[in-house]
Amino acid sequence: MSAPINERSNLDLETPEKPYLDSNELIINMGPQHPATHGVLRVILKLDGEKVLGTECVIGYLHRGVEKIAENRTYTMFNPYVDRMDYVAAVSNGLGYCEAVEKLLNTEAPPRAKYIRVILTELNRIASHQLWLGTHALDIGAMTPLFYTFRDREEILKIFEKYCGARLTTHAFRIGGCQYETYAGFEKDVKNFLTFFAPKIDEYEALLTGNRIWLERTKNVGVISGADAIALGVTGPVLRASGVKWDLRKAQPYAAYSEFDFEIPTGENGDTFDRYMVRMIEMRQSMRIIEQAVNGIPEGPIMGKVPKVIKPPVGEIYHSIEAPKGELGYFIVSDGSTQPYRVRVRPPSFVNLQALDVMVRGMLVADVVAVIGTLDIVLGEVDR
Amino acid sequence: MAEEVKTPAPPPPPQPQPAKTGPSGGPEGEQKPTAEKPAAAAPAAPAKPAAPAAKPAAPAKPAGPVPMPWTSPLVEKYKGQYGSGLDAQTYLGQNYLSVDRSLIPDILRLLRDEEQFDYCVDITAVHYPKREKQFDVVWILYSFPRNERVRVKTQIADGASLPSSVSIWPTANWLEREVYDMFGIQFDGHPDLKRILLPDGWKGYPLRKDYGILQQDKEWVQINLGIESGQ
Repeated sequence: MSAPINERSNLDLETPEKPYLDSNELIINMGPQHPATHGVLRVILKLDGEKVLGTECVIGYLHRGVEKIAENRTYTMFNPYVDRMDYVAAVSNGLGYCEAVEKLLNTEAPPRAKYIRVILTELNRIASHQLWLGTHALDIGAMTPLFYTFRDREEILKIFEKYCGARLTTHAFRIGGCQYETYAGFEKDVKNFLTFFAPKIDEYEALLTGNRIWLERTKNVGVISGADAIALGVTGPVLRASGVKWDLRKAQPYAAYSEFDFEIPTGENGDTFDRYMVRMIEMRQSMRIIEQAVNGIPEGPIMGKVPKVIKPPVGEIYHSIEAPKGELGYFIVSDGSTQPYRVRVRPPSFVNLQALDVMVRGMLVADVVAVIGTLDIVLGEVDR
Repeated sequence: MAEEVKTPAPPPPPQPQPAKTGPSGGPEGEQKPTAEKPAAAAPAAPAKPAAPAAKPAAPAKPAGPVPMPWTSPLVEKYKGQYGSGLDAQTYLGQNYLSVDRSLIPDILRLLRDEEQFDYCVDITAVHYPKREKQFDVVWILYSFPRNERVRVKTQIADGASLPSSVSIWPTANWLEREVYDMFGIQFDGHPDLKRILLPDGWKGYPLRKDYGILQQDKEWVQINLGIESGQ
């Protein structure tokens, strides 16, 4: 029935000169519109198959020229702008700026204001870490923590809203102290939050800490040694997870931090899991600080003696605080007028992001997403 | 409101204080005529133990705190070595070294290698267009072992370059790129000196004082965004 096969096949099975599978390096673009880059970060990846050979970050998509704006505003007018840098930790930004200008004026906020500042800043640290945890877990593939953390973060934002009327860009502090006295029931709200939140952290940990998928995705991923971290200027939980026990709240205490008892957690391996654990413990330590502060909040004025028109004497100052992401510094130069001559912001996210390249080399593409998440960057602060 | 009744101790403070916030605007208002006085008076009180020595000369001007000479073994050592190219001062408890441009490579390296300033916090610049040497470049350094900060400052003219410190602190890479992006200061030996926050083809250096706040690179905007400049 079938025709007899009387022709020879002319299939050429010799190895072609060029292999079918191209083994060249591949350059791939990731972002700026990519859900796992937490905003508008663009990363150019150099790949060998799935292995990362190198990266280059392209940033600046969110650049608003905050430092230039500062030179054209008075000290007071610039205050709300700093909230828009790291917009998930606006309170910390405001604290750093207000303290820097106070230092330039050679004055200090009164004790009651300092306590209010500590309470709100630590609440904001928890809120920032919650947002980090939810999005970081989502990037890696665990969807549930996002809903848990956002549900609980709401309670903190409610306290902010009741205190100053805003949830995110709070502008909670003024140069010299705080503008608002605590509302009736503030202490009660904060204490209620502490009792509400303590079991919630256990809940997060129950979801993740022993989870096998989570361990596989985070252990030994994005490792950075303590020496490398210091050389790259990395600060905050990322530095501490690499075993360097350094926290500005202890090393060079500001606000009222010297009066509180708390621990600085550190990691050992400097991998993504350690950074996760450090931040989880930090949330618990923040609760400890808040508890001490809210129980010991002193009476007294909330504004120090600062002139209505702020005109610092000629000089320059650098002041930095431990923001949720690391060392947030302000270098301010005054020429004696009502406007700062120069304001330089030392952003923790910007400097930490530089370590991305070192941390992902040799890892897989999927790990890049995990490492961007674990660095906890906010592009508003990277680009300013 | 019911919550207030339950905890009688905390609520009283909030009660009087909201009332105070009104008057608290008042005292400030009173100070207004002498707005500069508090600023001057406050510094005088905690003027640091070192201050009284210079005070007799200073009080005529209510200029507030003044930079004082900074003495420490570190300063002694390098003053002996480099002499007049180096000036050490302290202002409001913060130490800084004003260093001649030619000594910058040596000083930065020595601070890291011999004085354990292992963490380069920040590199930035300040523009003074009326000066002959228009730029102050500032390195903010921190030492983990000493728990101490120091600032190194130098002045350079427009168009002059500085040695890159990427080989000393790798973190300087992006920081120097930002200084270049915003001020147009060149760093010799930098591995990849290009703009970082602004687009590659951008013209001008925004943090220079002669660059207006509304000014932008019209040509870049027209070509890349396809719109007339919005300003």
